[in-house]
Amino acid sequence: MKPVEGTESAPQRKPPDVERIRVPRGELCIITDWCKGCGFCVEFCPRGVLANSEAFNKKGYHPPKVVKSEVCNHCDLCEMICPDFAIFTVQLADGASGEGGSGEAR
Amino acid sequence: MSTTIRVDEIEEREHPITPYIRMDRMPHIWCPTCGIGTVLKCYATALGRSKVDLDKVSVVSGIGCTGRVAGYVKMDSFHSTHGRALPFATGLKLGRPELMVTVFSGDGDLIGIGGNHFIHAARRNMDLLVILVNNFIYGMTGGQNAPTTPLTARSSTMPLGNFERPFNLPHLAATCGASYVARWTSMHTAQMTRTFTEAIKRKGFRFVEVIAPCSTLYARLNKLGDGLDLMTYYRDNFEIKNQADTRELDLDFQSKIICGKFVDVERPTFLEAMEAHYRGALGDRYVPMPPEGGMLHGQD
Amino acid sequence: MRAHYLEASGARTVKADPRGVLTGTHYLDGDFACGEGAMAAGCRFVAGYPITPSTEVVERIGRRFPTVGGIFIQMEDELASMAAIVGGSWSGTKSMTVTSGPGFSLMMENIGLAAMMETPCVIVDVQRAGPSTGLPTMVGQGDMMQARWGSHGDYGVIALSPRSPQEAFDLTIDAFNLAELYRVPVLMMMDECVGHMTEKVVIPPADRIEVVPRRLTKQSPAEYLPYLPGADLVPEMVRAGDGYRFHSTGLTHDERGYPSMTIETQEVLVRRLVDKLKRNVDRIIRIEEDQVEGADVVVVSYGITSRVAQLGVELAREQGAKVGTLRLVVCWPFPEARIRELAGKVKAFVVPEINFGQMVLEVERCAAGRAAAIGIPHAGGGVHDPEAICRTILGAAR
Repeated sequence: MKPVEGTESAPQRKPPDVERIRVPRGELCIITDWCKGCGFCVEFCPRGVLANSEAFNKKGYHPPKVVKSEVCNHCDLCEMICPDFAIFTVQLADGASGEGGSGEAR
Repeated sequence: MSTTIRVDEIEEREHPITPYIRMDRMPHIWCPTCGIGTVLKCYATALGRSKVDLDKVSVVSGIGCTGRVAGYVKMDSFHSTHGRALPFATGLKLGRPELMVTVFSGDGDLIGIGGNHFIHAARRNMDLLVILVNNFIYGMTGGQNAPTTPLTARSSTMPLGNFERPFNLPHLAATCGASYVARWTSMHTAQMTRTFTEAIKRKGFRFVEVIAPCSTLYARLNKLGDGLDLMTYYRDNFEIKNQADTRELDLDFQSKIICGKFVDVERPTFLEAMEAHYRGALGDRYVPMPPEGGMLHGQD
Repeated sequence: MRAHYLEASGARTVKADPRGVLTGTHYLDGDFACGEGAMAAGCRFVAGYPITPSTEVVERIGRRFPTVGGIFIQMEDELASMAAIVGGSWSGTKSMTVTSGPGFSLMMENIGLAAMMETPCVIVDVQRAGPSTGLPTMVGQGDMMQARWGSHGDYGVIALSPRSPQEAFDLTIDAFNLAELYRVPVLMMMDECVGHMTEKVVIPPADRIEVVPRRLTKQSPAEYLPYLPGADLVPEMVRAGDGYRFHSTGLTHDERGYPSMTIETQEVLVRRLVDKLKRNVDRIIRIEEDQVEGADVVVVSYGITSRVAQLGVELAREQGAKVGTLRLVVCWPFPEARIRELAGKVKAFVVPEINFGQMVLEVERCAAGRAAAIGIPHAGGGVHDPEAICRTILGAAR
């Protein structure tokens, strides 16, 4: 975005609430045996957290695998779009790195 | 961080659907990449967000793939006969007006065999939330032509392609008198959930059409891939036009899908109109049906 | 004297709600009397569709219901009417619909739903001559077998046949009571003559009318199983909105009410739906007999024909015939045991009906060749000639 004419020398502004607002972090919970390998979560996750895998579940479907868990922001889209109720996210406690430890249930 | 959850751990891990779904009947019967589960999930979420008393929610379904919804919800639920969910729900609601009754069924069930009941329930502005999952086909019975099947689409009873003009459902509902009309696709989870949450709090005949993939029949018979391919088609071909003229909402085969909320008006429901009318005609002699229903209580 | 079926079932009864009871002596036609009976029984939801000669029932109810606390809705067709009363009943409210032959045919699928879901409800069929559109304003009795077998598959129903407006009132109350006791759809098989006949109807005070209330379970939601039968093969009932979170389906289901499509579940469920009435048949059957002991011929009849037959019987007795009468008040379940018993003692049964032979087939089946079963058919549109009945009786007695 081009700066407004006459303000080229103005410094970059930070949003006033940038310290207060925390982007949530999510931990994915996958019920692999309910997954039917539809691919919706992989396709529609806005942050590319999931990918198709070659693993098999009990029914012979390929459940998704988590490839970028650290960028999951608990947006819930995978939970809402999964037709088999096989995935949901749990909000991680503030400050958690998203790579270890247990999350708080929402 | 991610966790793999075993089926027996689901309840203890507080799966968000637990309050709304009969966990002892999971996993459900719908096909891989079918869209019905998504719509059900959004409905369950909306129930939670709207904070309705789940004891007073009743769900009525007809016959068909979407008709199986009634069997999976953890509310008082009825799996009635083909096409007759709306009159069944009418009786349920009028017999105990405090119930919040949702009719959750498919396009073939509600608009084909159930067409007559649909137009009259809408005309009367019967106080029912109607969620119609439109997959453009009769899925359960093996993929026959439906009143919503787009022109040229193939089905098992129109193997050379459909030549019958399909219904424009939001237009049909609005013309008949529905006081709330919306359409989404099952890809629009956030919007759909917001619509359901809003509609739950409204009164009257609230109609929400949700276009959803049918992989095993519609997609396969029309060589459209699977449900994921249909979902990406929705994503790449929708346009939100709230308050659009419902006459413009026709759907052609793989055409643009116009979604949004089209009608949201306040109009007396059947019960409101009835009570106002009888109060006027009968004055003190009028004895209304109490909200808790007409069940005879013992006068021993 | 307490009605036999109430005594036999031992069920708790309550007094009728006085708001619905039009106590007094009236001059009413059968259709109106039937509507009054429904209101006295506590019916508070009626969904119907106009069809001659039944329309007056709902016209009466439509006028009176708003002062009684009920809701009447004229639905768009008979399929909707029947579906609506199944839903209405599940709300806890006693529900009824009213029709005649063509509408009765349309209701069949949902009568099956009511039977499968074990929903108490009452369906009134004011019979007219068929088949198809037939003679809309004229009498018939041609729906009797359809009453028993009209919906597909195996299930049981109870059907009653009033002979007068007074019975149209009384038996409608019994119909509701039987529906609650056995969780079945109960059919009031009227005919156009009784429906359109005006006679004295005495409606007692509310506290002298015994009504079986909806028998809700006392178990907690955690313990309750919607289709677990009691000792009488009838499960305890529940209604929507009380927190039980139950499911009911037309699919073959197990005790939880969940679809269970296996041969074993089918056997358990459908056998019980049939046995539910078979096991309790002695508590349900009602017949009226006169001079059957020592008779050579017994005339079996129901509805308006029983009144016409009465004259035929008297004419025959004047000529020395030893004739008894057996009137079916409850037509289904059929009084098999009594017919079998009589078949060993009489020469013949004579069965006049305004049809080409329907209940006579049951008589013949139960008589099993030990006595003749002679039907007197009538295509419909009018009642029998008593002389013809007399002649048949005399012929049978020889």
